[in-house]
Amino acid sequence: MIKQLFKFREMLLVVIIAVLLGVFSSRSPGFASPSNLSNIFNDTSILIILALGQMTVILTKSIDLSVAANVAFTGMAVAMLNAAHPDLPLAVIILTALSIGAILGAINGLFVWKLGIPSIVVTLGTLTIYRGMAFVLSGGGWVNAHQMTEPFLQTPRQLFLGLPILGWTAIVIVAIIYIVMSRTFLGRAIYASGGNPTAAVYAGIDVGRTRFFAFVISGTLAGLCGYLWVSRYAVAYVDIAAGFELDSVAACVIGGISTLGGIGSVAGALLGSLFLGVIKNALPVINISPFSQMAISGGVIIAAVIFNARQERRRGRIILRDRGASEKIEGIA
Amino acid sequence: MMTTALAETPPATPILEMRAISKSFPGVKALDDVNIALFSGEVTALIGENGAGKSTLVKILTGIYQSDEGEIHIDGKPVTFGNAQDAIDHGVTAIHQETVLFDELSVAENIFIGHAPKTSLGLVNWRGVNARALALLHSLESNIDPRARLKDLSIAQRHLVAIARALSVDARIVIMDEPTAALSRKEVDDLFQIVKRLKAQGKAILFISHKFDEVYEIADNYAVFRDGRAVGSGILADINQNDIVRLMVGRSIEHAFPKVDIPLGETVLKVENYSHPTEFRDISFELRKGEILGIYGLVGAGRSEICQSLFGVTRPSGGRLELEGKEIQIRSPGDAIHAGIVYVPEERGRHGAVLQLPIYQNISLPSLGRTSRSGFLRAAEELALARKYAERFDLRAAALSVPVGTLSGGNQQKVVIGKWLATQPKILILDEPTKGIDIGSKAAVHAFISELAGEGLSIIMVSSELPEILGMSDRVLVMREGLSAGLFERADMNAETLVRAATGNA
Repeated sequence: MIKQLFKFREMLLVVIIAVLLGVFSSRSPGFASPSNLSNIFNDTSILIILALGQMTVILTKSIDLSVAANVAFTGMAVAMLNAAHPDLPLAVIILTALSIGAILGAINGLFVWKLGIPSIVVTLGTLTIYRGMAFVLSGGGWVNAHQMTEPFLQTPRQLFLGLPILGWTAIVIVAIIYIVMSRTFLGRAIYASGGNPTAAVYAGIDVGRTRFFAFVISGTLAGLCGYLWVSRYAVAYVDIAAGFELDSVAACVIGGISTLGGIGSVAGALLGSLFLGVIKNALPVINISPFSQMAISGGVIIAAVIFNARQERRRGRIILRDRGASEKIEGIA
Repeated sequence: MMTTALAETPPATPILEMRAISKSFPGVKALDDVNIALFSGEVTALIGENGAGKSTLVKILTGIYQSDEGEIHIDGKPVTFGNAQDAIDHGVTAIHQETVLFDELSVAENIFIGHAPKTSLGLVNWRGVNARALALLHSLESNIDPRARLKDLSIAQRHLVAIARALSVDARIVIMDEPTAALSRKEVDDLFQIVKRLKAQGKAILFISHKFDEVYEIADNYAVFRDGRAVGSGILADINQNDIVRLMVGRSIEHAFPKVDIPLGETVLKVENYSHPTEFRDISFELRKGEILGIYGLVGAGRSEICQSLFGVTRPSGGRLELEGKEIQIRSPGDAIHAGIVYVPEERGRHGAVLQLPIYQNISLPSLGRTSRSGFLRAAEELALARKYAERFDLRAAALSVPVGTLSGGNQQKVVIGKWLATQPKILILDEPTKGIDIGSKAAVHAFISELAGEGLSIIMVSSELPEILGMSDRVLVMREGLSAGLFERADMNAETLVRAATGNA
């Protein structure tokens, strides 16, 4: 029954996004045209990838506030690498981005796993450290478009079936994370570790190690986004993606991923990101100032949290209803 | 001492009297027509096994529960305790087994938290708080500084603070619920000095303890509970310990348990000098194929701790384990499951299931090592496994894909048992398998345990319920304060020997 509610909830997000698209296109013809939708998706790709990483961490009852700082450091590192060694193939650059991201994620994960420090404290610290490292690395300087090579800048922009490679990257990551979460031991361990850590331990799952791997996934994806971000905006500087960690958390919360862990789906993170993407792209179109945009995003997040909290309360009542519950399930099914 | 206490107290009306109190919970009658009287300046010991109804009585007396039937009289007048504040207003206060205090606050703040004296502006009158705390501590002949942080005090001093807090509300009736459980002998002596002072001040004390030596040392009267009934009460000097034990356990237990005699096979598990830094020491036993080994003892004797250590949740500090003749090391629950040892925890709700996950994923969770290949799950095998055990336990659910949280309590338990049996263990450790289950279901659980033993599973069963231990076990390990207090064969065990071993009452 809960699962059905969540399916309902994900459907609800689809409907809300569709309604928003309808409303915006009535105000601004062409908003819902295929090419603009493809633009919106492409524009939201980085958020989608980061939100998926954030989701794996949140599902284990943790949080990763360092993702945006990871993007900034990795982005700066690969941009400088590209500027210094223009002959390095792009594959090496991307591999470097993934590795740096993974290492930064692993640092978070090790603190949480081996020292048992709450993830919010660890990643609040590394958030500052990683961004500081980006400053130290670059000396506060910028890497501009003219210092970057053609493949570095242009590859994510190549169109394939009408969608840039950047968008396709997001689609591939969605597929990979979906498979990890639903088809692998690690995915199951992630859900179990967040849903009931004690029961997970008793079932032979190493909860700390599982959290560690969730942070590595989150860091690796953030590293990938470091490259994608620098390439997309054709510039690298210390403050890129500032505050973006909150967008990734917001996308998860809107997508129904419980901040208490154990509940949430890839579809939820995807739809939550798209919802934010649509709002961000639509509000300028209908002449709403960037400041109102922030207020509206904030309002939506709070509404989503209230919605989640109410659902979790409902779950409590179902458990208490002991004897009646099984009959009720049968009645509904 | 006894006679003087009695002489000081005229046989007049008791301060507090509970008359014909009954209280039921769904499926259980916790208290059945209970009478008890407390007198000024006297200590009444409340004695009974776990589950005899002592805690329920305390909760009714402190206003946390309301009785279904019966009356409470104070000074001969009927009163009702609608909530905890009512009880406090009538001068009833309780010192609980685990004292709930605030480490970072001062002694005085701890004593007066929630009812601090106020100034005329409605602010806390700190001078008053400290002065009254000092006076209260003096009346207990203690020289603890009211301004000291609680975290700097010893356990015994903390206890004193808890007592001062209980007395800060002008209590006349003081309930002490196993106050000595965490105390050393010296601290117990100090506590008893305080109890004697409270007696001298004319307070009536209800003293709950498992330890007979302490009961005889401090109490004037006794009341024995068994299965929610008061089975005996009177003056402690008139009854010996054997008779009290007989009152506590006296019932026929032969018929309720479907213990089937199973020929025992070879030794499966050998535990030698198993020790833990703080919980238990030098525990040795053997477990044979098809055997049910009971582990009996009081709460806190280290029974669950041994089992959790065998299951890899905590690490032992010494000793060795031999499984089917080979020495093994268990460092994590994963190791234990791999070796064929599984543990069904006492709190099956909290430790047992991941409520958000579907039934089939819960059942397969500890078996994923077998049903997955190089990290990838195999859905078909997982579902087949879940279906097999759902059918075996007659699990009632719409589909195996519904979350466990939507199931009834009984069906959740079936999922938890099913997931452990799905690992095809050699050794099953059951911690309080029938706790909180009504009598009808208990018989079914017992029949099922016997069936499993018949299939060749070796079972370790921790239980606080004597009839269950006596009825089901082939052998019983009795524990007391982290040590082995004897290993009894089925032929030599009876209720009195086990209770004596567990309570250290030779």
